Amino acid sequence: MSGHKDKPKCNHQSGFTRRGFLSTVSAGAVVGSAVAQSPTAPAAPVLEASETVPVKLLVNGREHRLLVEPRWSLLHVLREKLGLTGTKQGCGHGECGACTVLIDDEPRYACLTLAVEAEGRKITTVEGLMNGEELGPVQQAFVEHDAFQCGYCTPGQIMAAEGLLRANPHPTLEQIREGMSGNLCRCGTYAHIFQAVAKASELKQKGGRS
Amino acid sequence: MKFPATALYSVAAFTPANEERSGQADTLKAWDQTKVVGKALPRVDGYERVSGAAVYPSDVKLPNMLYGAILRCPHPRAKVKSIDTSRAERIPGVRKIITGSTPGCDLNWYYSRNVSTKLFDTNCLFEGDEVAAVAAESPYLAADALRAIAVDYEVLPFVADEQRALDPQAPKVHEKGNQVGEVEKYERGDVAKGFAEADVIVEETYSTACQLHTTMEGHGCVANWNGDELVIWESTQGVFPVQEEVARTLGLPQSKVRVIGHYMGGGFGSKLQSGKYSVIAALLAKQTGRPVKLFLTREETYLAVGNRPPAHMKIKAGARKDGTLTALEFTCLGTGGAFPSGGVSLDDWLVRDLYNCPNVRTEMTDVFINAGPARPMRAPGHPQGAWALEQMMDTLAEKLGMDPVELRIKNVPKVSLGRPGSPPYTTTGLRQCLEDGARVFGWADARKKRAESQAQGDIRRGVGMAAALWIGGSGSPPSTVLVKVFADGSVNLNLGASDIGTGTKTVMAMVVAEELGIDPNAVQIENADTGTTQYTDASGGSKTVPTEAPAVRSAAVEVKKQLLEMAAAELKVDVSDLEVRNGEVVSVTDPTKKKKFAELRGLRRAGVVLGVGRRGPNPPGKVINPFAAQFCEVEVNVKTGEIKVIRFVAAHDSGRVMNRLTYQNQVFGGITMGAGLALTEERILDREQTGKMLNTNFHEYKLPTAADIPADMVCIPIDLNDTEANSTGAKGLGEPATIPTAAAIANAVYDAIGVRITDSPITPMKVLAKLGDAAKTRQQTEVTQPMTSRKEG
Repeated sequence: MSGHKDKPKCNHQSGFTRRGFLSTVSAGAVVGSAVAQSPTAPAAPVLEASETVPVKLLVNGREHRLLVEPRWSLLHVLREKLGLTGTKQGCGHGECGACTVLIDDEPRYACLTLAVEAEGRKITTVEGLMNGEELGPVQQAFVEHDAFQCGYCTPGQIMAAEGLLRANPHPTLEQIREGMSGNLCRCGTYAHIFQAVAKASELKQKGGRS
Repeated sequence: MKFPATALYSVAAFTPANEERSGQADTLKAWDQTKVVGKALPRVDGYERVSGAAVYPSDVKLPNMLYGAILRCPHPRAKVKSIDTSRAERIPGVRKIITGSTPGCDLNWYYSRNVSTKLFDTNCLFEGDEVAAVAAESPYLAADALRAIAVDYEVLPFVADEQRALDPQAPKVHEKGNQVGEVEKYERGDVAKGFAEADVIVEETYSTACQLHTTMEGHGCVANWNGDELVIWESTQGVFPVQEEVARTLGLPQSKVRVIGHYMGGGFGSKLQSGKYSVIAALLAKQTGRPVKLFLTREETYLAVGNRPPAHMKIKAGARKDGTLTALEFTCLGTGGAFPSGGVSLDDWLVRDLYNCPNVRTEMTDVFINAGPARPMRAPGHPQGAWALEQMMDTLAEKLGMDPVELRIKNVPKVSLGRPGSPPYTTTGLRQCLEDGARVFGWADARKKRAESQAQGDIRRGVGMAAALWIGGSGSPPSTVLVKVFADGSVNLNLGASDIGTGTKTVMAMVVAEELGIDPNAVQIENADTGTTQYTDASGGSKTVPTEAPAVRSAAVEVKKQLLEMAAAELKVDVSDLEVRNGEVVSVTDPTKKKKFAELRGLRRAGVVLGVGRRGPNPPGKVINPFAAQFCEVEVNVKTGEIKVIRFVAAHDSGRVMNRLTYQNQVFGGITMGAGLALTEERILDREQTGKMLNTNFHEYKLPTAADIPADMVCIPIDLNDTEANSTGAKGLGEPATIPTAAAIANAVYDAIGVRITDSPITPMKVLAKLGDAAKTRQQTEVTQPMTSRKEG
């Protein structure tokens, strides 16, 4: 068994990563003490963990302006601040894929993406695949093929499939298996997910909206 | 008073009553033919689940809501000497910190009737034991607060290895020692005589690693007080057990606790009961006067909300030359962690009940260790027992020179020998599962082809199979269901049961549709809410469909009866001449005489017609169990040890197929979870040094992924038309689907490489080590004597 096929889904190109950020802030900031004790003052001003910064997020075609703590994940902001709870939290560590969204058409783990890091990017969540009240082709295919059980990982699976099909409209079975392997489903619906992704590829070809 | 951990575990709970039980028997005859039930229909709530519209408990956000978090003991065993919360309290945005000494928080928590602990106990018995809790304005601040709480622990000696728990020098988890109750013993016939009659006797040890549920939605809830009424949105398999337990722990009347669980992100047995988290959320909400959302982190779910206990098993089996089993002897040691939670429960059930063996002895020892308590996990005990018994059956078959399928068919039982008095089953599809499964799989050909593949390259192909039954799956009372038809003819189904992803809502809508002649999607469903729906047990034990479907059917029939009577009066025809079709009441002899439901004056006057359905008792003296046989093909790379599952065929007798699509999905899901048990899943405790769990994350606790599971899976339903089980003929499916899988894979791996790996998971490292040992043994044997046949592991 091959175990997890870890694909880096966190975007490190923006130069402002969670890890880098946390090392800058240092552990002292989280309890609101000892910040000033640092013997060598860093060049950039050190933010308190709970200080907020303004950010503009482009989610499902709408621009949201809000104040976020720099440490907040995109997932936290989507779910708890914007009310877009279709995107789920499974592990918070980029291991399960339940929080997968598209950032500039590519599947990314929203739990490993800081909200500030997503500024200026085109963010698409499962709600953004809807055409008004109509399901998008991937969503439709998942229903037809019963490609879920409890449904909790499903929005992430759907976003991974959407991203796969945008990059590769006609994937082979092996490409589907590979493309979907960053998203865990504990109910074990993979065999139906493979069918659903193949079907979604057909539906999209017939002009279904993405 | 019910206690959570024991309910699913005792054999007595699965033994049928010999006499008619009280309660009104279900007098409805099983359907002859169905129009809706049995079809492959997409789920009635599919739209909600794929659009993001479904609100899971962890999605609930209430105005002014706080976020809770729990501080847990980082040691397998420690005494809390003091807790300093002063720094944490100073963090802006932290609203409340509670410990066992906070007024109102010194509560008892029951693991069983006799064993209780405190909600926050200073005597921590496992890594993850609850120490304190916080509520803050954001989950980040709550986590900050946890880090700022200083706890002075006295770290104490621990035992984290179940196989050493009974050593005299092992630290005692509880004062009375590390054995949980008495050793569980069972005996029938005369085992010594049975072995004396055997032509072949084999003895082997087996073990399965501790497996974790790892539901995709973590455990937790949102708690809110409306005055003295507590409302909890909980990710649960059963809102009613949560209501009972939270009310008991907080000393509230059940009527003041409302639990809602419309959607939930996976349970597999770990959400049949409430957890301390539900009570803690309620306390935090009470003390802050604000709603509190408290969901566990992924790490916490690995430590504190259950597992499938590990099993260390030994089987001695005897058979005659013709394959007749003469004796089975089984011993097992297991652990449910630090509290009594069924550490060996039902591990021996398949040895007792799956085959027709007159002489059986089993002995099981449950021990305490300093680790998280178990919770029931998808067919408690059964996959473990199957791992041992079904590998043993293959070994016996090889010794006897018989085909493994033939050997099993030879020993198919006619009655349930494992139960007192050997009661008969209503239906037994085991033989058909074996025969039809083997035929569809192409068993005989596949075995021949395997033999041909052995000489080529590093890849070895093998095929394997295993059989199973599940001790439960009958369903039972109590369940009360309401079906309503409103004045406009629209239909509402009111159902207490949770849909844990098995398609419960869809199947029940199909039952209503069947009786009322309407589209299942037209049935509006309200479910899993103690405030608005009626009592039923948690969805688990593969009993939801056989419990609820007959109740739903009788409610729908009750409604139909009233509608037909109204129509008979209004159309002036005899009621026996009427039937319902497409939302209309129609005369059979004169189809021009008809009325839409909405046109019935009686219905309009009444405003609503209500049908109440209750689940009747099961037939006395009969056992209702599902059966299964699964077949698979694997590839093993003898250079890397890597195992690839190529295909699966699963034949299941779970009675009537209610929905062909969700049925198949359940079966494939069970196979997927079983593949994890066989190949990758294992809780790793640092037994020697720290006692801590080393792989509390999805990265190191490996679930099967899309890359690991084959697309080539076939599901064969075996429906023997069970007219006795209940008025729908359905038996449980969710659990049997995962019971034989791991054993079938293990048998296929043996078939591929000729060495047997008896301890799960079968990792590449174990494969290579075993192959290496086998090669060494072969070399030595070649020096001293001519090569014999395959060497066993």
